[in-house]
Amino acid sequence: MSIVVDIVLVTLLAVAGIALLRIRNLFAVVMLAGIYSLLSAGLFTVMDAVDVAFTEAAVGAGISTVLFLGALALAGHHENRPGHTPLLPLIVVSVTGLALVYGTIDMPGFGGADNPVHHHVADHYLKESPNEIDIPNVVTAVLASYRGYDTWGEVTVVFAAAVGVMLLLMGGRRSRAAAGDNGRVGGDGQAGGAGDR
Amino acid sequence: MREEIIVRVGAKILTPFIIMFALYVHFHGDYSPGGGFQAGVILTAAFALLALVYGLAAVQRVLPPWFTRLCAALGVVIYGGVGVVTMMLGHNYLGYNALAQDPKYGQHYGILLVELGVLVTVFGVMASVFYLFAGRGRRES
Repeated sequence: MSIVVDIVLVTLLAVAGIALLRIRNLFAVVMLAGIYSLLSAGLFTVMDAVDVAFTEAAVGAGISTVLFLGALALAGHHENRPGHTPLLPLIVVSVTGLALVYGTIDMPGFGGADNPVHHHVADHYLKESPNEIDIPNVVTAVLASYRGYDTWGEVTVVFAAAVGVMLLLMGGRRSRAAAGDNGRVGGDGQAGGAGDR
Repeated sequence: MREEIIVRVGAKILTPFIIMFALYVHFHGDYSPGGGFQAGVILTAAFALLALVYGLAAVQRVLPPWFTRLCAALGVVIYGGVGVVTMMLGHNYLGYNALAQDPKYGQHYGILLVELGVLVTVFGVMASVFYLFAGRGRRES
Protein backbone atom coordinates (compact mmCIF):
# COMPACT_ATOMS: atom_id res chain seq x y z
CA MET A 1 0.00 0.00 0.00
CA SER A 2 2.69 2.46 0.98
CA ILE A 3 4.53 1.81 -2.27
CA VAL A 4 1.43 3.01 -4.19
CA VAL A 5 1.33 6.17 -2.08
CA ASP A 6 5.05 6.62 -2.69
CA ILE A 7 4.66 6.33 -6.45
CA VAL A 8 1.70 8.71 -6.53
CA LEU A 9 3.48 11.28 -4.38
CA VAL A 10 6.74 11.14 -6.32
CA THR A 11 4.87 11.39 -9.62
CA LEU A 12 2.98 14.43 -8.37
CA LEU A 13 6.26 15.90 -7.12
CA ALA A 14 7.78 15.49 -10.56
CA VAL A 15 4.73 17.04 -12.20
CA ALA A 16 4.82 19.97 -9.80
CA GLY A 17 8.55 20.41 -10.37
CA ILE A 18 8.24 20.48 -14.16
CA ALA A 19 5.25 22.81 -13.97
CA LEU A 20 7.27 25.10 -11.68
CA LEU A 21 9.95 25.33 -14.35
CA ARG A 22 7.62 26.05 -17.23
CA ILE A 23 5.08 28.46 -15.78
CA ARG A 24 5.93 32.15 -16.11
CA ASN A 25 3.15 33.51 -13.92
CA LEU A 26 4.84 33.92 -10.55
CA PHE A 27 1.60 33.70 -8.57
CA ALA A 28 1.06 30.21 -9.94
CA VAL A 29 4.72 29.41 -9.23
CA VAL A 30 4.35 30.42 -5.57
CA MET A 31 1.23 28.29 -5.19
CA LEU A 32 2.91 25.34 -6.89
CA ALA A 33 5.92 25.71 -4.61
CA GLY A 34 3.52 25.45 -1.66
CA ILE A 35 1.97 22.34 -3.19
CA TYR A 36 5.44 20.92 -3.74
CA SER A 37 6.22 21.42 -0.05
CA LEU A 38 2.96 19.81 0.97
CA LEU A 39 3.68 16.79 -1.24
CA SER A 40 7.15 16.51 0.29
CA ALA A 41 5.53 16.62 3.71
CA GLY A 42 3.31 13.74 2.63
CA LEU A 43 6.37 11.82 1.50
CA PHE A 44 8.10 12.43 4.84
CA THR A 45 5.00 11.16 6.62
CA VAL A 46 5.09 7.95 4.60
CA MET A 47 8.72 7.57 5.64
CA ASP A 48 7.68 7.94 9.32
CA ALA A 49 9.53 11.24 9.73
CA VAL A 50 6.50 12.98 11.17
CA ASP A 51 8.39 15.79 12.86
CA VAL A 52 10.15 16.67 9.62
CA ALA A 53 6.86 16.50 7.74
CA PHE A 54 5.28 18.83 10.26
CA THR A 55 8.07 21.36 9.85
CA GLU A 56 7.99 21.11 6.08
CA ALA A 57 4.23 21.70 6.01
CA ALA A 58 4.41 24.64 8.41
CA VAL A 59 7.47 26.36 6.98
CA GLY A 60 7.51 25.29 3.34
CA ALA A 61 3.82 25.38 2.57
CA GLY A 62 2.84 27.99 5.15
CA ILE A 63 5.19 30.80 6.02
CA SER A 64 7.42 30.78 2.94
CA THR A 65 4.35 30.98 0.68
CA VAL A 66 3.25 34.08 2.56
CA LEU A 67 6.75 35.58 2.34
CA PHE A 68 6.89 34.84 -1.39
CA LEU A 69 3.53 36.56 -1.84
CA GLY A 70 4.90 39.55 0.05
CA ALA A 71 7.89 39.61 -2.27
CA LEU A 72 5.62 39.30 -5.32
CA ALA A 73 3.68 42.35 -4.26
CA LEU A 74 6.96 44.25 -4.68
CA ALA A 75 8.45 42.54 -7.69
CA GLY A 76 5.53 42.01 -10.06
CA HIS A 77 3.82 38.83 -11.18
CA HIS A 78 5.49 37.97 -14.46
CA GLU A 79 8.83 36.33 -15.03
CA ASN A 80 10.64 37.40 -18.18
CA ARG A 81 12.02 34.76 -20.49
CA PRO A 82 15.76 34.34 -19.93
CA GLY A 83 17.91 35.80 -22.67
CA HIS A 84 20.20 32.78 -22.96
CA THR A 85 19.45 29.25 -24.05
CA PRO A 86 18.89 26.82 -21.18
CA LEU A 87 21.29 24.27 -22.71
CA LEU A 88 24.37 24.92 -20.56
CA PRO A 89 22.46 25.05 -17.26
CA LEU A 90 20.68 21.85 -18.27
CA ILE A 91 24.00 20.08 -18.89
CA VAL A 92 25.45 21.31 -15.58
CA VAL A 93 22.37 20.22 -13.66
CA SER A 94 22.26 16.83 -15.37
CA VAL A 95 25.93 16.11 -14.71
CA THR A 96 25.62 17.17 -11.08
CA GLY A 97 22.49 15.08 -10.66
CA LEU A 98 24.13 12.02 -12.20
CA ALA A 99 27.17 12.49 -9.96
CA LEU A 100 24.91 12.63 -6.91
CA VAL A 101 23.02 9.52 -7.99
CA TYR A 102 26.35 7.78 -8.61
CA GLY A 103 27.38 8.79 -5.10
CA THR A 104 24.35 7.09 -3.58
CA ILE A 105 25.26 3.73 -5.15
CA ASP A 106 27.85 3.14 -2.42
CA MET A 107 25.39 3.94 0.33
CA PRO A 108 23.69 1.15 2.27
CA GLY A 109 20.16 0.26 1.24
CA PHE A 110 17.40 2.64 2.27
CA GLY A 111 15.83 1.83 5.60
CA GLY A 112 17.97 -1.23 6.28
CA ALA A 113 17.94 -2.15 9.97
CA ASP A 114 21.69 -2.83 10.12
CA ASN A 115 22.81 0.38 8.45
CA PRO A 116 25.69 2.05 10.29
CA VAL A 117 23.65 5.19 10.89
CA HIS A 118 21.24 3.21 13.04
CA HIS A 119 23.94 1.77 15.27
CA HIS A 120 26.12 4.67 16.23
CA VAL A 121 24.25 6.41 19.02
CA ALA A 122 20.71 5.66 17.89
CA ASP A 123 20.61 2.41 19.83
CA HIS A 124 21.43 4.24 23.01
CA TYR A 125 18.81 6.92 22.32
CA LEU A 126 16.08 4.39 21.63
CA LYS A 127 16.89 2.03 24.49
CA GLU A 128 17.86 4.47 27.21
CA SER A 129 15.71 7.54 26.61
CA PRO A 130 12.77 6.03 28.58
CA ASN A 131 15.09 5.70 31.60
CA GLU A 132 17.14 8.84 31.17
CA ILE A 133 14.59 11.32 29.87
CA ASP A 134 11.25 9.57 30.08
CA ILE A 135 9.38 11.32 27.31
CA PRO A 136 7.70 9.28 24.57
CA ASN A 137 8.77 11.42 21.61
CA VAL A 138 12.38 10.37 21.09
CA VAL A 139 12.84 13.07 18.45
CA THR A 140 12.18 15.75 21.05
CA ALA A 141 14.43 13.95 23.53
CA VAL A 142 17.29 13.90 21.03
CA LEU A 143 16.75 17.47 19.83
CA ALA A 144 16.33 19.19 23.15
CA SER A 145 18.32 17.05 25.54
CA TYR A 146 20.90 14.70 23.99
CA ARG A 147 21.69 17.23 21.30
CA GLY A 148 20.82 20.32 23.29
CA TYR A 149 24.00 22.08 22.18
CA ASP A 150 23.13 21.59 18.51
CA THR A 151 19.68 23.02 19.00
CA TRP A 152 21.18 25.92 20.93
CA GLY A 153 23.39 26.55 17.92
CA GLU A 154 20.39 26.38 15.60
CA VAL A 155 18.47 28.93 17.65
CA THR A 156 21.38 31.35 17.53
CA VAL A 157 21.72 30.76 13.78
CA VAL A 158 18.03 31.57 13.29
CA PHE A 159 18.50 34.69 15.38
CA ALA A 160 21.63 35.71 13.46
CA ALA A 161 19.86 35.19 10.14
CA ALA A 162 17.03 37.42 11.31
CA VAL A 163 19.51 40.11 12.34
CA GLY A 164 21.02 39.90 8.85
CA VAL A 165 17.63 40.24 7.17
CA MET A 166 16.75 43.17 9.41
CA LEU A 167 20.02 44.94 8.63
CA LEU A 168 19.39 44.51 4.91
CA LEU A 169 15.73 45.45 4.82
CA MET A 170 15.46 48.06 7.54
CA GLY A 171 18.48 50.12 6.57
CA GLY A 172 16.90 51.50 3.42
CA ARG A 173 13.82 52.72 5.15
CA ARG A 174 15.76 54.55 7.81
CA SER A 175 18.11 56.29 5.37
CA ARG A 176 15.12 57.34 3.31
CA ALA A 177 13.48 58.78 6.41
CA ALA A 178 16.74 60.47 7.33
CA ALA A 179 16.99 61.97 3.86
CA GLY A 180 13.61 63.49 4.63
CA ASP A 181 11.95 62.75 1.30
CA ASN A 182 8.58 64.40 1.12
CA GLY A 183 5.76 61.94 1.76
CA ARG A 184 5.86 58.18 1.39
CA VAL A 185 4.94 58.32 -2.30
CA GLY A 186 8.42 57.29 -3.34
CA GLY A 187 7.88 53.94 -1.68
CA ASP A 188 6.44 52.24 -4.75
CA GLY A 189 9.29 52.81 -7.10
CA GLN A 190 11.89 52.13 -4.47
CA ALA A 191 12.04 48.36 -4.85
CA GLY A 192 14.82 48.61 -7.39
CA GLY A 193 16.37 51.83 -6.23
CA ALA A 194 16.67 50.84 -2.60
CA GLY A 195 20.12 49.44 -3.25
CA ASP A 196 21.69 52.88 -2.91
CA ARG A 197 21.98 52.78 0.84
CA MET B 1 -9.55 41.23 0.66
CA ARG B 2 -10.65 43.94 3.06
CA GLU B 3 -14.28 43.87 1.96
CA GLU B 4 -14.92 40.13 1.84
CA ILE B 5 -17.12 39.47 4.85
CA ILE B 6 -16.69 35.68 4.76
CA VAL B 7 -12.92 35.97 4.70
CA ARG B 8 -12.92 38.57 7.46
CA VAL B 9 -15.18 36.60 9.78
CA GLY B 10 -13.47 33.32 8.92
CA ALA B 11 -10.04 34.70 9.71
CA LYS B 12 -11.30 36.11 12.99
CA ILE B 13 -12.82 32.78 14.02
CA LEU B 14 -9.76 30.76 12.99
CA THR B 15 -7.15 32.89 14.71
CA PRO B 16 -7.71 31.77 18.32
CA PHE B 17 -7.75 28.14 17.24
CA ILE B 18 -4.48 28.53 15.36
CA ILE B 19 -2.86 30.14 18.39
CA MET B 20 -4.28 27.40 20.62
CA PHE B 21 -2.92 24.76 18.25
CA ALA B 22 0.51 26.39 18.33
CA LEU B 23 0.52 26.17 22.13
CA TYR B 24 -0.70 22.57 21.94
CA VAL B 25 2.11 21.69 19.55
CA HIS B 26 4.60 23.23 21.95
CA PHE B 27 3.37 21.79 25.23
CA HIS B 28 2.58 18.42 23.66
CA GLY B 29 5.93 18.22 21.92
CA ASP B 30 7.07 15.63 24.47
CA TYR B 31 4.36 13.22 23.41
CA SER B 32 3.59 13.88 19.77
CA PRO B 33 5.33 15.32 16.72
CA GLY B 34 6.18 18.96 17.00
CA GLY B 35 7.96 21.24 19.39
CA GLY B 36 9.02 24.80 19.81
CA PHE B 37 10.07 25.38 16.22
CA GLN B 38 6.82 24.23 14.65
CA ALA B 39 4.81 26.00 17.32
CA GLY B 40 6.60 29.27 16.61
CA VAL B 41 5.91 28.99 12.91
CA ILE B 42 2.22 28.21 13.50
CA LEU B 43 1.93 31.13 15.90
CA THR B 44 3.35 33.41 13.23
CA ALA B 45 0.89 31.97 10.72
CA ALA B 46 -2.00 33.14 12.90
CA PHE B 47 -0.79 36.74 12.75
CA ALA B 48 0.16 36.48 9.07
CA LEU B 49 -3.41 35.39 8.33
CA LEU B 50 -4.78 38.41 10.19
CA ALA B 51 -2.34 40.70 8.39
CA LEU B 52 -3.39 39.35 5.00
CA VAL B 53 -7.07 39.93 5.73
CA TYR B 54 -7.13 43.04 7.92
CA GLY B 55 -3.99 44.75 6.75
CA LEU B 56 -0.60 45.14 8.33
CA ALA B 57 -1.42 48.23 10.38
CA ALA B 58 -4.26 46.50 12.26
CA VAL B 59 -2.02 43.59 13.26
CA GLN B 60 0.87 45.81 14.22
CA ARG B 61 -1.39 47.55 16.72
CA VAL B 62 -1.76 44.20 18.51
CA LEU B 63 1.75 42.90 17.87
CA PRO B 64 4.11 45.81 17.37
CA PRO B 65 7.35 45.20 15.45
CA TRP B 66 9.51 46.14 18.41
CA PHE B 67 7.85 43.32 20.34
CA THR B 68 8.61 40.69 17.69
CA ARG B 69 12.22 41.86 17.56
CA LEU B 70 12.37 41.64 21.34
CA CYS B 71 10.97 38.08 21.15
CA ALA B 72 13.66 37.04 18.69
CA ALA B 73 16.35 37.98 21.18
CA LEU B 74 14.41 36.89 24.26
CA GLY B 75 14.14 33.28 23.09
CA VAL B 76 17.91 33.02 22.74
CA VAL B 77 18.23 34.42 26.27
CA ILE B 78 15.73 31.87 27.62
CA TYR B 79 17.56 28.97 25.98
CA GLY B 80 20.97 30.16 27.06
CA GLY B 81 19.62 31.10 30.48
CA VAL B 82 18.56 27.51 31.15
CA GLY B 83 22.14 26.48 30.44
CA VAL B 84 23.56 29.12 32.74
CA VAL B 85 21.16 28.16 35.54
CA THR B 86 22.11 24.50 35.30
CA MET B 87 25.77 25.52 35.46
CA MET B 88 25.11 27.60 38.56
CA LEU B 89 23.47 24.55 40.12
CA GLY B 90 26.71 22.69 39.63
CA HIS B 91 25.93 20.63 36.52
CA ASN B 92 27.03 20.91 32.91
CA TYR B 93 25.75 23.60 30.58
CA LEU B 94 22.20 22.50 29.64
CA GLY B 95 22.43 19.59 32.09
CA TYR B 96 18.72 19.49 32.84
CA ASN B 97 19.07 16.95 35.63
CA ALA B 98 19.94 19.87 37.90
CA LEU B 99 16.51 21.44 37.56
CA ALA B 100 14.63 19.06 39.87
CA GLN B 101 15.21 16.46 42.55
CA ASP B 102 14.25 13.65 40.21
CA PRO B 103 16.37 13.75 37.04
CA LYS B 104 13.36 12.78 34.92
CA TYR B 105 11.42 15.81 36.09
CA GLY B 106 14.50 17.90 35.54
CA GLN B 107 14.67 16.68 31.96
CA HIS B 108 10.98 17.48 31.48
CA TYR B 109 11.32 21.02 32.79
CA GLY B 110 14.54 21.59 30.89
CA ILE B 111 13.15 20.41 27.57
CA LEU B 112 9.97 22.44 28.00
CA LEU B 113 11.91 25.61 28.88
CA VAL B 114 14.40 25.16 26.10
CA GLU B 115 11.63 24.55 23.60
CA LEU B 116 9.93 27.68 24.91
CA GLY B 117 13.09 29.55 24.01
CA VAL B 118 12.98 28.05 20.53
CA LEU B 119 9.30 28.99 20.21
CA VAL B 120 9.85 32.60 21.24
CA THR B 121 12.85 33.06 18.97
CA VAL B 122 11.27 31.41 15.94
CA PHE B 123 8.05 33.36 16.45
CA GLY B 124 9.92 36.63 16.82
CA VAL B 125 12.16 35.98 13.83
CA MET B 126 9.38 34.82 11.50
CA ALA B 127 7.05 37.63 12.47
CA SER B 128 9.80 40.26 12.14
CA VAL B 129 10.79 38.98 8.70
CA PHE B 130 7.15 38.86 7.67
CA TYR B 131 6.62 42.46 8.81
CA LEU B 132 9.70 43.57 6.89
CA PHE B 133 8.58 41.86 3.69
CA ALA B 134 4.94 42.86 3.95
CA GLY B 135 5.62 46.43 5.05
CA ARG B 136 8.20 47.21 2.42
CA GLY B 137 7.48 49.66 -0.36
CA ARG B 138 3.87 49.98 0.67
CA ARG B 139 2.01 53.13 1.45
CA GLU B 140 0.53 53.16 4.94
CA SER B 141 -2.66 51.14 4.67
